[in-house]
Amino acid sequence: MFGRLTWDSFQIHDPFLFAATVGMPLGVIALVAVLAYFKLWGYLWSEWFTTVDHKKIGVMYIILGLIMMVRGVVDAIMMRAQQAVALGEALGYLDANHYAQIFSAHGTIMIIFAAMPIMIGLMNLAVPLQIGARDVAFPALNSISFWLTASASILVMLSLSIGEFSTAGWTGLAPYFEKEFSPGTGVDYWTWALQISGVGTTLTGINFLVTILKMRAPGLTLMKLPLFSWTALTTNVIIILSFPALTVALFLLSLDRYLDMHFFTNDLGGIVMLYANIFWMWGHPEVYIVILPAFGVFSEVVATFSRKYIFGYESLVYATVVIAFLSFTVWLHHFFTMGNDVNVNIAFGIATMLIAIPTGVKLFDWLFTMYRGRIHFSTPMYWTLGFMVLFAIGGMTGVLMAVPPIDYMVHNSVFLVAHFHNVLIPGALFGYFAGLIYWFPKVFGFKIDEKWGKVSFWCWAIGFPLAFFPLYVLGLMGMPRRIEHYTNPEWQPLLIVAGIGTVVITAGIAALLLQGWKTFQDREKNADPTGDPWNGRTLEWSISSPPPVYNFAVIPQVTARDDFWVQKEKGTAYPRPEKYSDIHMPKNVPYGVVIGAASFFLGFGLIWYIWWMAILGALGIVVTMMVQGDNDDTEYVITAEEVKKIEDAHFERLAAAGVLSGKPRNANQESHHE
Amino acid sequence: MSSAVHAPAAGGHEAGGHGAENKLFGFWIYLMSDLIIFAILFATFAVMSGNFAGGPGPKQLFEVPYLFLETLFLLVSSVTYGLAVISMQSGKQKAVLFRLAITFLLGLGFVVMELMEFAHLIEEGFGPDKSAYLSSFFTLVGTHGFHVSCGLLWMLFMIIQVVRKGLTAGVRSRLMRLSLFWHFLDIVWVGVFTFVYLVGLL
Repeated sequence: MFGRLTWDSFQIHDPFLFAATVGMPLGVIALVAVLAYFKLWGYLWSEWFTTVDHKKIGVMYIILGLIMMVRGVVDAIMMRAQQAVALGEALGYLDANHYAQIFSAHGTIMIIFAAMPIMIGLMNLAVPLQIGARDVAFPALNSISFWLTASASILVMLSLSIGEFSTAGWTGLAPYFEKEFSPGTGVDYWTWALQISGVGTTLTGINFLVTILKMRAPGLTLMKLPLFSWTALTTNVIIILSFPALTVALFLLSLDRYLDMHFFTNDLGGIVMLYANIFWMWGHPEVYIVILPAFGVFSEVVATFSRKYIFGYESLVYATVVIAFLSFTVWLHHFFTMGNDVNVNIAFGIATMLIAIPTGVKLFDWLFTMYRGRIHFSTPMYWTLGFMVLFAIGGMTGVLMAVPPIDYMVHNSVFLVAHFHNVLIPGALFGYFAGLIYWFPKVFGFKIDEKWGKVSFWCWAIGFPLAFFPLYVLGLMGMPRRIEHYTNPEWQPLLIVAGIGTVVITAGIAALLLQGWKTFQDREKNADPTGDPWNGRTLEWSISSPPPVYNFAVIPQVTARDDFWVQKEKGTAYPRPEKYSDIHMPKNVPYGVVIGAASFFLGFGLIWYIWWMAILGALGIVVTMMVQGDNDDTEYVITAEEVKKIEDAHFERLAAAGVLSGKPRNANQESHHE
Repeated sequence: MSSAVHAPAAGGHEAGGHGAENKLFGFWIYLMSDLIIFAILFATFAVMSGNFAGGPGPKQLFEVPYLFLETLFLLVSSVTYGLAVISMQSGKQKAVLFRLAITFLLGLGFVVMELMEFAHLIEEGFGPDKSAYLSSFFTLVGTHGFHVSCGLLWMLFMIIQVVRKGLTAGVRSRLMRLSLFWHFLDIVWVGVFTFVYLVGLL
């Protein structure tokens, strides 16, 4: 009846897992009860769970990503604490198996369930607004994408309490993850969580590619497209081309594990290295999927806060596209030491080094944008500057490891760990923070607290080097990655420094939460009646904050790059239309929630061999798709009168704020915001 | 429909017009993504094509006449679907239904023949667990067969829709997407037939 699920599967023996097993359900029950007490379930269901509004879906993605990030940080703290103490006689508090689950979960969560949702969330918030569209191309599909990601996240969290998580690392390790060596549920949790969220991501990729290519406002040609939307466009192309590789790699592994096939096994003709090749055909492009949109944020932030047109717009576009192309040509550098032909290693080494060129172009473009600009040191700009300094170091260690002989020396050491954290934390995460703060007022109508934002930044800027630069040294000293215990006393001082760095970073996260709280407290003081709190340049700042559900009452006619800035300079910003028309908008639909729930049962059933549950889950998905495919009544109308009412109110606020003259405001007028 | 929504590229969500165009374009992109799944499965099959692990190779496994008939079913079904689309464009509902039904039966014939082939191989002791070659063979051909089965389910669903709703804009738009899907699977099968069966038998 319940497959291999028994009472023993519930983790209550280890104190940490006991806390999770008992704490999580209690937390969920408490949350459900509190929401029911305040009668919020109906509101959540009709306004959020079933929404097809890209802005709300974006908010949900970001909340999901931030929650999962906290989980990933807890994993990180546990690992750093273990390594700081586990020398010689002292064994620390984690055994090898538990430690391996933690590093596997940490990587999987941070990449797939923290970085990806935050990145996709930012795309949801900003892209339709930047291109002058009323929603994405397929609003209901957007909701499905989100709920697939959410249900996969729940599966990962559940592995804490029921069963176990993979011990094969976030990238998987052939043939160790085969049934023969890893018979438990851990690898299956990892596989199905990645598969379910992967489908969601692929659908997002298709959705946003069509949105950007087909739904731009008239006049907004590709070479006028704001740079964040450009990076979103390329990221979606990479998603569409690379995620199938992940799907196949995991699918073949599942065939090995469930149907006793021989793709990645030791025996009967299986090829271990085939897995590494297919996985990294996705794995390397994935790095650029999470990092390119962050680069897009930096481009927006640098131009906005330097009060200048971005330097080298075209070179930034071409650099983005070249990076996207090269991302598909370097996957083999993840296993230089696996026994390739020397010439193959050389080719991939050179391709890898080439990526430094377009990336360097971008860095110089941002620097030249700041040159002689009137720089406003707002929090997004802090994150951007911190990124430039730290990312340059991480990029250089990457070029170092692109040289195969050097890679032979440092591969599988903590040098590598230091490198990829050094590119992903400043490169992706700092960019997401900058983007979240930059677009927060657009979504909620008030600015975010600057003081605690800057405290948070400094904690990260100091904590990050403390936590990761020692790992470069340790790597050169020969310390392997992923060990829960060591005997070399020379490593310990540096590991303690790294542990202290983690504490400082944690303080940064605490400051971030405080920032959220302060922001909420001061929401009236920091209110933004104009919709343009940063003196912005692109279309999203030309409408109210928060935007009405239809975004643009009249689809704008775009004539220039940084169109809104040009309008403000010409004095033609905020044109008042003579009359409004009815607007057709997509209706809310429950398909996303239902398909998400059904996928959860499909995944859980497959993981635990509860076949009836898996079949019911699959049927649930098919039936929901049929119901959706039969529904031709997908729209409702907002009448011209309603639109006029909403827009008139906005124009009143604009008039009260004194911005209707349309001229760019000078520095004095802005100062009251800071 | 208001002029604001009909502004070029503003993109509507209505069943006709830009909505349908966007859906068709999005479906094309999905197909390209799906094609990469097949490309990687083909590559895997190529890598595994000599890994018999002491088991049988293509010459012991496949029979050309059987495969020829199976292939014919699928190729002809693509033609009949094309005819169904022509009838759809001239609004002949009955002809659409008839041609869709023929397409469905031909597709069903293909799937049944494939399943019989699989059953036969497993019965002989040549299941997918016997060697990496057989694993990759069953996976590549089976993935295609699974797609065709999904297409059949979709076609059944569309036949019911045509009966219930007639050739409305929404139904036409879905029929066009199923058409793309069906021809796509035909092309993939040409690849499978050539590289898996013919090259294997040479």
